[in-house]
Amino acid sequence: MVPECVERLEVSVNGRPELVAAGTTIAALVSTLTGQATGGRAVAVAVNSEVVPRSQWASTRLAQRDRVEVLSPAQGG
Amino acid sequence: MGTGGATSMAALGQALKASGTAMATVAMRRVDPATRGSLLDVLDQLGIRALPNTAGCFTARDAVLTARLGREALATDWVKLEVIGDDRSLLPDPVELLEAAEELVDDGFVVLAYTSDDPVVARRLEQLGCAAVMPLGSPIGSGLGIRNPHNIALIVQAASVPVVLDAGIGTASDATMAMELGCDAVLVASAVTRSPDPPAMALAMARGVEAGRLAHLAGRIPRRFHAEASSPWAGLAQLTPDA
Repeated sequence: MVPECVERLEVSVNGRPELVAAGTTIAALVSTLTGQATGGRAVAVAVNSEVVPRSQWASTRLAQRDRVEVLSPAQGG
Repeated sequence: MGTGGATSMAALGQALKASGTAMATVAMRRVDPATRGSLLDVLDQLGIRALPNTAGCFTARDAVLTARLGREALATDWVKLEVIGDDRSLLPDPVELLEAAEELVDDGFVVLAYTSDDPVVARRLEQLGCAAVMPLGSPIGSGLGIRNPHNIALIVQAASVPVVLDAGIGTASDATMAMELGCDAVLVASAVTRSPDPPAMALAMARGVEAGRLAHLAGRIPRRFHAEASSPWAGLAQLTPDA
């Protein structure tokens, strides 16, 4: 539950609308999603159809209406 | 081998092991915490290299982005490029494919391009700098084998890069035919993963590929309209007296 005094951002993560606290980094978002503090291996992130390299996850903050896709290898192909 | 279509991760692992393959394609999909990590663990344990693909993309734009995400995730410049033009036949869209191939080659990717059996498109892909061309035998998952062996032979004859028969293989003899036509390798998924006995079919594929490659290197006899006896006519006994 995010306290009322913190600004919240509306973003979409893997197609689902989410509310996140302003200032949330990609790194934090990925570690929440994957359940792994370091984000886990073999994960790639795109924000608004642009790849965000892992080296920039900790320094990239989400913005209002960002569309985030967090992908990893799966059976297929 | 492709990794799609298996009933379970364990079944996939057994099939991959039986196939003896050194490389397997993987799709890039939204993270699912329930199954995360296990596919790569299986590949790592078997010493199989993961090749990301752009399965599910219908436009060059999506395929290029997916390829870049695959490069990020797996730290490899290699990508199997797949750009589909029709969601029922899953046949490639040559226009989007050529555009994506050009952009990815420029961006430093090693592009293995899944394509139709059209020799002209295959030549264009090679000219753009693709590292391999991968013509289909027939639509993905159809098991219809090689529908146009003549075109595959034309592609093989003209190519200076490896040719991998990719899509439509239904059973081991299809893989053998591909190798006899001069292909350098085959890519198989459904024929193995959806077989009633995937590890057994994977082994059959391995043997089929080997047989086809040996036959190709040995050289086949020509096809003759009439017979050519393999036993000599000379030295035949006369067993029935002349009338």
